[in-house]
Amino acid sequence: MEPVRFVSDRAMDNLRYIRETMERATPFTGISGRGEMTIGATALIATVIAARQPSFKMWVYTWLAEGLFSTLIAGWSMDRKARATHTPLFSGSGRKALFSLAPSIIAGGLLTLVLTRAGQTTTIPGMWLLLYGTGVITGGMFSVRAVPAMGLCFMALGALALFSPAAWTNWFMAVGFGGLHLLFGAIIVRKYGG
Amino acid sequence: MAKQSTAKQERKQDQSVETRAVSTKQKSAAPNLDRLIHERLRLGIISALAANESLTFSDLKSLMNTTDGNLSVHARKLEEAGYISCSKYFEGRLPKTEYKLTAAGRSALENYLSHMESLIKQMRNT
Repeated sequence: MEPVRFVSDRAMDNLRYIRETMERATPFTGISGRGEMTIGATALIATVIAARQPSFKMWVYTWLAEGLFSTLIAGWSMDRKARATHTPLFSGSGRKALFSLAPSIIAGGLLTLVLTRAGQTTTIPGMWLLLYGTGVITGGMFSVRAVPAMGLCFMALGALALFSPAAWTNWFMAVGFGGLHLLFGAIIVRKYGG
Repeated sequence: MAKQSTAKQERKQDQSVETRAVSTKQKSAAPNLDRLIHERLRLGIISALAANESLTFSDLKSLMNTTDGNLSVHARKLEEAGYISCSKYFEGRLPKTEYKLTAAGRSALENYLSHMESLIKQMRNT
């Protein structure tokens, strides 16, 4: 009886190996280009709203609301794309991408609290761009080339923002969360579909 | 070297146990198992190529996490069997080797998949 179970296990193991190899060999295109473009557009609106806020606290709240809204847009658009392509939303590579992005988002949230308490608010926008970029690069390792490239641009912009005058903050946010999402979203739509 | 001989031993062991089990319990389940793609690395190459239009030698090497020598030996076996096609060209000054899955290779993979599925089914019924 033992060898029979062994044959069955080996066959299942072989099938699993085939599926996993195919999954690894296929670049993860579950990220929706149209979703990224929508996020870019809402980020531009958020920049305008945030720039009009009387206090830094309200500026942060505006961007937190935008962050939440963007997460919903990203989730909804990825789900739509997954349904359209008949692929599971949380396939192996999709799950890896999510788990790679999450740590830098959590770190960003915690650092925002700490820096706000310490009164170092001018460094927050640069830190957001930098950490978002690192998360996108790591998550993008399992995705199409446009995704890690976008992460690299976010990192470069974040590094620049950290050493630039505070008055330029809104421009950096607009170019980063607005412009880069619009640009790379369009590239994803054009080159990888959807 | 030791790794290779261990892998060979394991393969032999697997094959002999499989053959024994199949012959005694369900002979009809594995009448024509394609030994050529049954080998892990070759199965990996075929599967990766099935998910892509083409892959370069370096793409396959990093996907399979193997050495140049090992990959080229197994890729050549698949090429000789007509399961994959190989083309060489220059990208700028860099020589590139590109592999594609042939119709025969795709059908071999499909047969192998259905073979594995039928094995599982038959073993469940025993």
